[in-house]
This record gives sequence, C-alpha cells and structure tokens, in this order.
Amino acid sequence: MMSARFFKALEEVVGKENVYTDEADRAVYAYDAAVVEPVVPAAVVRPQDAEKLGRIVRLCNDEAVPITVRGAGTNLSGGTVPKSHGVVILTNALNRILELNTEDLYAVVEPGVITAKFAAAVESKGLFYPPDPGSQAVSTLGGNVAENAGGLRGLKYGVTRDYVMGLEFFDANGDVVKTGARTVKCVTGYNLASLLVGSEGTLGVIYKIILKLIPQPQHRKSMMAVFDAVSGASQTVAAVIAEKIVPATLEFLDNFTIRAVESFSRAGLPTDAAALLLIEVDGHPAQVEEDAAKVEGICRKMGARSLRVAQTAQERDKVWEARRAALSALAKLKPTVVLEDATVPRSRIPDMVQAVQDIAAKYGLTIGTFGHAGDGNLHPTILTDRRNAEEWHRVERAVEEIFDRALAMGGTLSGEHGIGLAKAPFMEKETTRASLEYARRIKRALDPKNILNPGKVIGEA
Amino acid sequence: MAGMKDLARLVRELEDQLVVCMRCGMCQAVCPLYAETGREADVARGKLALLEGLSKEMFRDPKGVSQRLNRCLLCGSCAANCPSGVKVLDIFLKARAILAGYMGLSPLKKLILRGMLANPAFFDTFMEWGARFQDLFTKPANEVLGTSCARFATPLLGERHIKPLAPRPFHAELPALDSPAGSSGLKVAFFVGCLIDKIFPSVAHATLKVLQKHGVGVYLPDNQACCGIPAASSGDMTAFKKLVRHNLERFPVHRFDGLVTSCATCTSTIRKVWPVLFAEDGADILDRVRALSEKTMDIHEFLVGRLGVHPEAATPRSDAVPVTYHDPCHLKKSLGVFAEPRELLRANGNIRLVEMAQSDWCCGLGGSFSLEHYDLSSQVGRRKRDMVAATGARILATGCPACMIQFHDRLSQAGDAVQVRHAIELYAEALGP
Repeated sequence: MMSARFFKALEEVVGKENVYTDEADRAVYAYDAAVVEPVVPAAVVRPQDAEKLGRIVRLCNDEAVPITVRGAGTNLSGGTVPKSHGVVILTNALNRILELNTEDLYAVVEPGVITAKFAAAVESKGLFYPPDPGSQAVSTLGGNVAENAGGLRGLKYGVTRDYVMGLEFFDANGDVVKTGARTVKCVTGYNLASLLVGSEGTLGVIYKIILKLIPQPQHRKSMMAVFDAVSGASQTVAAVIAEKIVPATLEFLDNFTIRAVESFSRAGLPTDAAALLLIEVDGHPAQVEEDAAKVEGICRKMGARSLRVAQTAQERDKVWEARRAALSALAKLKPTVVLEDATVPRSRIPDMVQAVQDIAAKYGLTIGTFGHAGDGNLHPTILTDRRNAEEWHRVERAVEEIFDRALAMGGTLSGEHGIGLAKAPFMEKETTRASLEYARRIKRALDPKNILNPGKVIGEA
Repeated sequence: MAGMKDLARLVRELEDQLVVCMRCGMCQAVCPLYAETGREADVARGKLALLEGLSKEMFRDPKGVSQRLNRCLLCGSCAANCPSGVKVLDIFLKARAILAGYMGLSPLKKLILRGMLANPAFFDTFMEWGARFQDLFTKPANEVLGTSCARFATPLLGERHIKPLAPRPFHAELPALDSPAGSSGLKVAFFVGCLIDKIFPSVAHATLKVLQKHGVGVYLPDNQACCGIPAASSGDMTAFKKLVRHNLERFPVHRFDGLVTSCATCTSTIRKVWPVLFAEDGADILDRVRALSEKTMDIHEFLVGRLGVHPEAATPRSDAVPVTYHDPCHLKKSLGVFAEPRELLRANGNIRLVEMAQSDWCCGLGGSFSLEHYDLSSQVGRRKRDMVAATGARILATGCPACMIQFHDRLSQAGDAVQVRHAIELYAEALGP
C-alpha cells in the first residue's frame, strides 16, 4: 500500500529520526488503554511543529494513506488503534502553551500539552481549568478535545466541550481551517469547533486550541458520607440535585470498590458500608458553608450512617485519596480491567446501580462500581482475565446488557470514554440508522478518501 | 541462536506478570527517558508490549526488542507509580537475562563482567593500577567538584567530566574490621560497594565514624565483591550469581545483626534483586540469599528506623550553607527511604536544607546505561542539574555514589560551584571530630 517513495517523503518533512519504521518501534503504537485487538501501524511520524504536521496530513491524503493521530494513547475505546494499518501521527512534540491570557481568561495551546501540566500552569496564575479526566497526569489536551474528555467535575463545571472557544485544524487535504475566537461571543460561521470536539480524529487534525479559563473558586469543602444501603446513597444524589445544590464533585463507591481500596491502601474505610459518597462543594465561602450544611442534612435524612467533613487540607486529601485509588485498587485484583462508562440521567442512578448488580450476578462476573454519580456517569468496572475465553464471552454479553439497560433508562453508551472501535457497533442502538448515515455523509464529504482515523465512531464510512 | 519459538516459550514464563499491565499509560508521567524522547518504546508500557509481542512470535528479529529493553535506566519510577502494580523491574531483569542467554553477550561485556568484575581480587588490582596512571590521561576540570576530563580525545572518556579514582581505595586503607557491639548492643556488617571503595572512600570512613559514634559494632570482611547489579542489568546471570555466592561467603549472617550499605543501589540490589533472580535456584541457596537480603538496610534507614536515632534538629547558623537533597531512585522508589536522610541532615547546623522541585526525579545515570547511552543519560542529567541550580544550593547531598558520579559530571560541565556530598558525610560532620 505504501511505497518507498512515500516513506522518503515523510522523512524529508520531519527528518529520518522522526519517522519510525522498525518493527519494534511500530509495535508499541498498536494499542491504547482499551481492551481491543492491537493493530500495528505501517509507520509512525512525530512532527515537531504545526507546519510539518500539516504537510504530513497532505502527503498522506495524496497517497490515500489512513492516519491516526495519537497523544498519550490513554483512551479507553480504541480510538488511537490504527485499525487500517496506516500511519500514526504523534502530537507529543507539539507541546507548547502559546498564550495564557489572564485579562481575557483564555489560553492558546498546542495539542500535545499534558492536561495536568496545563491545569497547574493555569492555577499558578490564579485561574482554573476544570476538566480533569482520570488520565490527566499523562493525557494531552488534543486528545481531551478529540474525545471530549470529562472527569470528576462534570456536574458543576461541565466537560472539555464547555471550554473549547476555538480551534485551528487541518482538513483531510492538509489545508488550514479556523473556527471560533478568543472572544466570549462569536457567531462567525458554522460552529465547527463543536463538530470537531469528540469527533475522535475522524474529521480533522487539530493543531491549535483556544481554551476558556475561569476564576478559581475561593473556598471548597469536602465530606464523606457512609451508607448502609446503596439506595440511601443514590437517593441522596437525587435529593441534593433536587435541592438545587450543585456540588463540584459528587462521587460514588460501591461496597466491592470500598473493600478493594481498603485492602490496598488501608485508609481506614468502613468495609461493611454498602456505599460511600464523596462530596465537594466550592465557591464563595458563605455559599460553601450554607451548601455544605444543606448537603450534610440531606445525607443524614437519607440514612447516612456517618459523615466526615474535612476540616484541613490534609483531611480533604484523605477524603479524595479513596476515590483516586479506586481504579488502581480494582486493577490489582485481576489481569484485565474493562472500564465502562454508560451514563444515565442522574435521577436514574439508583436504578443503574441496581442494574449493574443484577448483571454481575446474572453473568457470574466481578464488577466494582464507582464514579461520577452526580452527573449520572458511573464506571462499572469488570474484573476478568482475557485469556479465559469462556469468561470473556460472558463479559461481552454483560457489557452489551449494561448498554441496553442504560439506554432503556434514557441514558447513553458513553459519558466520556468515547466510541472508538469498542462501541462503534452499538451506535445504532442509541441513535437511528438515519443518524449514522447522516454522520457518514458528513464524513464522506469532508474526507473523500477516508484517511482520517477510519473505522472509528461511525464504523465504516 | 535457538529458534524464535524457544525464545517465545521462555518469555511466556513471564506471562502472568506481563498481563498485569492494562496499558493505561500512567508510566509516561514519571519515566525520565520518555520525558526526553517522547518515544513509547522508551516507557514501561511500550517495553511490556514488546515482550508480549515476543511471546507471541510477533517479531522476525529479537534484536530490536533487546535493544529497546536495554534503553532503560531501571530507575523503577514506573513501578512505583503503576496503578496495577506491575513488577516492572523484576520483569525487565528476567527478560534481559533471557535475551542475553538467547543472543549472547558482546565480547566486551563478557570481558568486563566475567573477566574482571566477577574476580574481585583481580578487579581491585586492575583498578589500583588505573588510579596510578589516570593522571596521564586526564586533567582537572572543576576545582569545587574535584572533577577531571580527558587530556586528549579518547573514546573511553568522551565528553565526560569524571570524579577520578581515589589515590587509595578504601579497602587498601582498611582491609578488614571486626569490632564488638558498643552501647547500642548491635553489630552490623558493612558492605562497602565498588563505587564507594574506589571513588568515594570518604563515604566509607564517614559511615564507620557514624556507626562508632552510635556504639554500633562493625563487621567488615576483606575481599568483598560487587553487589552484581552491572551483571544483572546486562542479563549476565553467570557473573551475577558468582558475585552473589562470593558475597554470601564473605558475609556469614550469624556474625552480625544487620548488613548496612551507604550505596542506595547496592542496598536495593541485595534487598530486591537477589531474591528475585535466585527464586528458581533451589531452596538451599535461596534461603541463604533471603537470610542476607532480609538483613540488609540502607545506612540512613538503619540509623533512624532500627537504631531510633532522632537527632535534635539544629538551628541553622546564620551563614549556613544551602544544601539540597536528591532522592536516589533506589532509595525512595525501591525502598521507601526518603525521610531518614533528611532527618539526619537537619542535625547539621552548618547547613540549611532547601528542597528542589521533583527531588525524586531520576538523575539519569542508570549505571551501565550511561556507558551505552551517554547522550541520553546526559540529557536526563541536565534536567536534574537545572533543578539543583534553581535552588541556589552550594552542596548537593544524596544517598547513592552512582548518583554522585552523575552529579559530578553534570554540575562540572555546567561550570557550577556546587559540591557533591553523601548525606552520611554531612551527618558525620554534625557528630563532631
């Protein structure tokens, strides 16, 4: 498919040292963090600047070579697996924060900037960039935009989409497209930024992002509520929202997860509790105190066995330590971890927690559930061993049933992990055949040679 | 060369450990090599995927995998930060042994590891000759650091600024010692380690002084051998096991209450690597390895943790010298020792501790890694040097002679007037003459 002339052309753009063609160098770009079959790319290219990135896209389009753009390769749906054995393009050399504007509250970044480093740089200026996906220590902002990444603060602060003010990207021809602006208001033309956010690299290759920043909340207060019944915890979530309180974070851990965290970190969690809620309210100090008191009241009314309010920064860290340790504590139990993110309207959280428990029993699987209860985005985490074919088959059926139950509750397949390869076959379940066809027509029009991350989101275009 | 099928079968023995990696990629946040190169093959996730590929006969030539596996500092940052608890270092050392066994060692490595290192007496003599003649080839580079560089272009030294071999190694000054337990009621064996013996004998003297001051008896046998890490990291199990067996003979466990070293790498090797690489060698030898391994402690850890030394923090004098402390990977990430050296440093009123950003970021030496990948090692080291420079410290203290070698090179090349000292030397000073 790819000629020697093509590889040479790639090398002429970025230099020989930035084109990887050895089998061992290519093999390590065959996977991401999703449990899907790895696919080895034909070559890997690491452009050093945006101009070179554009030339690489153009070259690939000229030769009809499929491209998959990769940041840190942490996505959980196979979006960075180069399904068509094409070229993987790395963005991690494009890692500059180009502008951090504290007067107009925005930043301009390249796609390879690490999320946590960016958030820290913003914080050092007294501002706040809220999206905090679990992989933020390594994930890139380009990847966050392409996947529309979420995190713990979705409930109050929204997700990546809510912070993208504008984008500059290359279309399939390698030509520059600009959309959005540095201004709060902008109605110049189609809102292409919204189309690109969450498109998983299928509609363009982003090289510049304008992100909205907000002032840092002055005050925050965290608490941990312990429940003897899952229903008490999930009804608390619904009641807090109904009371018109919007916590910054409202996280849930089920008994299995609590026990896994405790045996791993000995943090002193109540292992006999059915569920934990970790809650943080932030904002103006007076408002925070008032909200915290109300939340406390609701927790007690809903049957919380105990409630711990963090008084110091250390105690606050202690509250969140349990949540941060959840995934790794579960991951240590079995070799394969399937992290799902089917999401439901938040009032249906009690039903969804019950549904997951039923499904675990029905298929004889170990499932720990934790996640962002406040925004309806739970993470049922299936612990298994992929080498066990029979069990793996049960896992696949369980996953499908989790989708079905979430959809039946008016939910969605994926809150924040993306569709990628893993969930592409289920798209029609949630939407309609015509919706998919509509999306495919957009894709065909914008990318006639189907080179931009083919096979993702909408399946075969 | 045996067939790829045989190699795949050997690597499959690591399968239960390999499958633990869920490819989350969190190792990218802490890998000192990845921070420089951005290459997935340089980070643990990539290397684990390559080993899995090898076990599935995915590659035509194992050489590519072997080369990439060797491009690793073995600093353990990834393992310490791994959400799934992948035993990365165990896997990499075993895999290096498998690949070296399959592909053979280079003649040069064979000569160095088996011909010299594995024969402690000959190695000592050879290095003593080196110390005598090194001035012919080197000239002073930085007065404060006491470093040298090559007089003329030589492939041996390249661009390096080295801390020269001591005129007399420690073992020539004090071949052996067997002093009874003092006021502490404890007696420890002292494992000197090659770098302290041959380059930093003052660290050994400081260690003995501290032990004596605290009433600890010392068992110091002569003819000690290397801990074996250069051999283990090259996958040379023959030389490695010969060295361990030699040391087991030199250190009979019933003679002392604990074994201390002032070298983070030696401690970590004896404690963590020995039992892993002897796991399948039969109960007799494994029991002996374990008995010594379990008794082994870092000097700071011994003083604070075992002896219960909690020196009163001195009020730094007004003209106290600013000191910054670098956490050796083999102390903090491997053994969880980081508070102890700082507690001892605070006992010295002549110095003032100033923490650097990311004090546990790897210095980039990685032992033989810096011989094979000097450019990359220097790149990591320069980043570390900048962290030190940002503190304005006049002394860099650490707990590992290998890190000390890297700091001598990096600080000297940057023209910094910063001394490099072992933390135990600064503590020994606080104890008076």
